[in-house]
Amino acid sequence: MTMSHTSITVDQLSKRYRIGAKQKKQDTLGGAILDLARRPWTNLRRLRNLTTFSDDEKEDDTIWALRDVSFEIKSGETVGIIGSNGAGKSTLLKILSRITQPTRGTAAVNGRVSSLLEVGTGFHPDLTGRENVYLNGAILGMTRNEIDRKFDDIVDFSDVAKFIDTPVKRYSSGMTLRLAFSVAAHLEPEILMVDEVLAVGDIRFQKKCLGKMGEVASQGRTVLYVAHNMPAISRLCQRAILMGNGRVVQDGPVHEVISTYLNSGLGTSAVREWPDLAQAPGGDIARLCAVRVADEDGEILDAVDIRKPFRIEMEYEVLMSGYVLLPHLYIYNDEGVCAFGAQDLDPEWRGRKRPTGRYISTVWIPGNLMAEGRFFVDANMIAVEPFIFQYWSRSSVAFMVTDSLDGDSSRGDWTGHMPGVVRPMLRWTTRHGQRVAEGAATAAR
Amino acid sequence: MSRSPLPENPGWLPPAQTGTRQDETSARILDIAASRPPASPPWRNPGLIGAERWSLASKLAELWQYRELFYFLVWRDVKVRYAQSILGIGWAVIQPLVPMILFTVIFGRVAKISSDGIPYALFSLTGLVPWTYFSNALNDSSGSLVKEVNMLNKIYFPRLIIPLTSVLGRLIDLVISFVLLFLLMAWYRTMPTPWVVLLPLLTAMAIITASGLGLWLSALAVQYRDVRYGLPFVVPFLMYAAPVVYPTSLIPERYRYFYAVNPLVGVIEGFRATLLGSGPVPWDLIGIGAVSALLMLLLGSVYFIGKEPVFADVA
Repeated sequence: MTMSHTSITVDQLSKRYRIGAKQKKQDTLGGAILDLARRPWTNLRRLRNLTTFSDDEKEDDTIWALRDVSFEIKSGETVGIIGSNGAGKSTLLKILSRITQPTRGTAAVNGRVSSLLEVGTGFHPDLTGRENVYLNGAILGMTRNEIDRKFDDIVDFSDVAKFIDTPVKRYSSGMTLRLAFSVAAHLEPEILMVDEVLAVGDIRFQKKCLGKMGEVASQGRTVLYVAHNMPAISRLCQRAILMGNGRVVQDGPVHEVISTYLNSGLGTSAVREWPDLAQAPGGDIARLCAVRVADEDGEILDAVDIRKPFRIEMEYEVLMSGYVLLPHLYIYNDEGVCAFGAQDLDPEWRGRKRPTGRYISTVWIPGNLMAEGRFFVDANMIAVEPFIFQYWSRSSVAFMVTDSLDGDSSRGDWTGHMPGVVRPMLRWTTRHGQRVAEGAATAAR
Repeated sequence: MSRSPLPENPGWLPPAQTGTRQDETSARILDIAASRPPASPPWRNPGLIGAERWSLASKLAELWQYRELFYFLVWRDVKVRYAQSILGIGWAVIQPLVPMILFTVIFGRVAKISSDGIPYALFSLTGLVPWTYFSNALNDSSGSLVKEVNMLNKIYFPRLIIPLTSVLGRLIDLVISFVLLFLLMAWYRTMPTPWVVLLPLLTAMAIITASGLGLWLSALAVQYRDVRYGLPFVVPFLMYAAPVVYPTSLIPERYRYFYAVNPLVGVIEGFRATLLGSGPVPWDLIGIGAVSALLMLLLGSVYFIGKEPVFADVA
């Protein structure tokens, strides 16, 4: 597959929707009755206008879901689309998969497209699993022969073989979902467009789906992927497009774009400062001034490469001298699981009473320690001997660890899900013998 | 050392999973990785999004390309219609049978309406068989787009398929009710005329009429839900505007061609003439009805195709 071939060209794509305008409320009974009588006419006008727009761009009951969006995707590229709710991601995908039409602009899509805006479209509860596989396959664009050929694979993959001739309404929701996804997973498109399909279903199945998508992407097929799952995006995609208010905010290498996104509005970013000491967390002895996540050179860093060491700095002001202080951090993943706690072990200050002034305590986190994903840092301070609590600033900063598929992180060549909150690089050795059992017995003796 | 795309057994997996499903998954993935994407069929590359042009020919070609989906949807429609019911397909018999009994008592015995010398039960059933098909097909198809709004919002396919599916899906009921009609004809020892070969043509007229109106009403219902509430009033009215309970001979001669603009007039009188030999084949009524039916189909599809781009936005 040549890389120069263009799969998707989007040119100045815009989409305008009409949102319901507020209806005037009548205060008097007479007014209300009159209003009721007039209602059919106003309704007619309103419904009619759903699909017509005047040239006045500032009409207050319309919104531009997309505005002059342009980009190009080469064949074989895997591109993630990110952005907060209402940024226009889904609208874009709907236009590219021909479900709705743009108000202005054009898009060209070259190749056999499968768009998965949900799994299980067209599933009917009264039909059996087998019948639904055929129906759903046809809906997703498979031919009957193709489904015949893949039927056994689809059923195996879904794990519902035993119930394949039972009506789907007797399935658990998880079983239905697995069957539905299995059909989707056996599509062989040249261009795959996926919209947060993976947001449903149990975690394990989600991971299975991600692994599957990684494989689709690695075979030179074009993948357009919309999701909120940052680790997945950073792993699957080389490139990302950040959308905001219907426009393309940034289009570039995935790590840069994710970093922009995380900084833009999620609230918790890689740096947090409390300029006003009076408002800062803390007690009489110490107050928190700032927490930062930074790379080796001190550059603030939202997205951390899993292989690279980085640091977390805690800046604080000591207001009363004569106390032994213990700055420490707790690090949680986005499921709320604590990865670890770490306390200041700097020998210079360990067990030593601190004079007043400004301090920065820095902890160095080695490369190949954290798992990929988003982490939140609690910055804490206690005085010891006597024990006096000072502050516990929950989720004061957040950062994102991204794992690459280069093969030199601890995920090796595996592209799928890896469990755990840490992902250390460990040494492995292998013994190989013709008869392992005998070898083990010899070693035991 | 060659790097395999996947380790055969990733060491970090819990033992319960190793060796079974994960390996299967890996094998399956390797399988797919080895396969090449199939060449794209030409219809998967329709024109530029946002600058589409359509012609009747291109729409028909698209319908043909999606014929398998069409087939599966009709099949689903038939399959689930009487799912989890005791009588199942028996309802297709009851639907014309019960009104037949009712009409025979009320219009045949009490009101003594003329039936052109044919036993009233047979007379009315011959009208009710195509009529029941038509009204069910119209009801189903006009609500079909609203019912399948989820599909409209999630997947691309020619939207024409949806209302047409309902029209074709009801043909099974028609076939079943034909069996009832033939049984009743045998009971009254009535032989069909040789003109019975016209029956498929007359049925096609009913299909075309239901399609034309169904396309128009389904597209209208997407934007104006009033269709759903209005139709139950209009459909019985339409029945009395067709010769279901009375013969066309009751209509004054000078209004008859105007009356025949309703294609069901030609269909029902055609049924009676060819099956029961109630009179000569009414070519004039059938001819006017056929033109009117085709016109309805044309206008219905044009309206539908014109509204098609906004279905997902409005529904």
